[in-house]
Amino acid sequence: MTIKGRAYIAGAYEHPTRHAPDKTVAQLHAEVALGALADAGLSRADVDGYFCAGDAPGPGPASMAEYMNLKLRHVDSTELGGTSYVALAAHAAEAIALGKCDVALITLAGRPRSEGMATGTTPRLRDPNQPEAGWEFPYGLTTANGYAMCAMRHRHQYGTTSEQLAWIKVAASHHAQHNPNAMLPEVVTVADVINSPVIADPLHRLDCCVISDGGGALVVVRPEIAKKLTRPLIKIIGAGETVKHLAGGTFDLTTSGAARSGPAAFAEAGVKPADIKYVSIYDSFTITVLMQIEDLGFCEKGAGGKFVADGNLISGVGKLPFNTDGGGLCNNHPANRGGMTKVIEAVRQLRGEAHPAVQVKTCDLALAQGTGMQLGTRHCSATLIMERE
Amino acid sequence: MTTTRKISAPVVTVETQAFWDAARENRFVVPVCAACGKAHWYPRAICPFCDSGKVEWRDASGQGTIYTFSVMRRAKEPYAIAYVTLAEGPTMMTNIVDCNFDALRIGQSVIVVFAATEDGPPVPMFRPA
Repeated sequence: MTIKGRAYIAGAYEHPTRHAPDKTVAQLHAEVALGALADAGLSRADVDGYFCAGDAPGPGPASMAEYMNLKLRHVDSTELGGTSYVALAAHAAEAIALGKCDVALITLAGRPRSEGMATGTTPRLRDPNQPEAGWEFPYGLTTANGYAMCAMRHRHQYGTTSEQLAWIKVAASHHAQHNPNAMLPEVVTVADVINSPVIADPLHRLDCCVISDGGGALVVVRPEIAKKLTRPLIKIIGAGETVKHLAGGTFDLTTSGAARSGPAAFAEAGVKPADIKYVSIYDSFTITVLMQIEDLGFCEKGAGGKFVADGNLISGVGKLPFNTDGGGLCNNHPANRGGMTKVIEAVRQLRGEAHPAVQVKTCDLALAQGTGMQLGTRHCSATLIMERE
Repeated sequence: MTTTRKISAPVVTVETQAFWDAARENRFVVPVCAACGKAHWYPRAICPFCDSGKVEWRDASGQGTIYTFSVMRRAKEPYAIAYVTLAEGPTMMTNIVDCNFDALRIGQSVIVVFAATEDGPPVPMFRPA
């Protein structure tokens, strides 16, 4: 049993807003849903499967199903943090392969910027029933210093430098300059990154992603439906997911869950890293990108610093064009969750609809990779491989 | 130990009450499985390595080495979060205190100290040995 070739991404839509004080979260979900359905050439009445994650208002799918007045025969609200939507695209393909639904709608939206949500530098006690809560919260674990501890260990083990990490931001900024909706469209240099204030050693302000409002949606359909529509055929051919955690105190912080989800996706797709023309890599921080690139096998483990340097991630310049919309580092990070926009930009690239300045030539094979929650403790990883037919 | 940063009280549960009772007596204990002999972290009633429910609290040496750390510069009072690998085996999240932040390094030897919390038992932190 495989999802290879069993479902297609027929619709993709990214909300243009980056600041939405005049809209509700539910409204944003509905707007991106309608945008993706229109993109596919389908309507709300065609939807029979709905997929959402923790950003959807209310517990699970019920509130949004009601708000949008959907009639459903399959639902899935798997919560994997920011990478949820990479996994949900695969879950939609699984459900379609099993005959559980024909037209799957996946939505993401949120307003952390308008709501003044605490940034990644404030410790938060999420749920005292989480068994690890008491062993982390008193020590001031934040989003930033958790990821920073991974970067510090990576530097120690492999000699990765701040300049090398900075190249990831530089590449993202080269792409963002062509995106009229990007929050940070200015091209930055390695010096700009390493001279920006240190947030948590060794990560600087420009090693961190933006905080934005917004959202996005995908429509995944069965092959018979995709072939009746007029959009380019973007086929899902492989996926993997996992949770990586501290394993009772026996862990290696320099490796991400991509080391498991990636090989699973490549095996299902029957392709290898060298075949991939474009990658969307979750970029909550620069170190997130570097570790995932290594763990997916685009370079040897530990060689990520050298690999990302000197513009190797810049479209038209380097060997591995990534995040050509500017990514979370420069474009947007709606609901503090970057997985959806990762899949959307991969779809744009495969369709040949990326900005001409960053469009990868003959882009027929793309990968989207996400890391949700906290790289420095427990995180979820999802990998999705797509092919243009 | 010297810090003015307010430390939030830990979450005390029925699974971890004994740890915090020992902490109030300035004793650092680690959970060790009587069946497989391995220590684990964070503490839980069921051994994550062999699934046995025979987990016991044993006095620990209090010694460890820094696995990684990060000084949170963007805070009212900067602090060092870290993972310390205990002499008993597992690696735990903690803070490094009573130290020069700029002199911290991975592999450095550290020793446990208990830090007072706002309204709960003290929590284990580490200082350079």
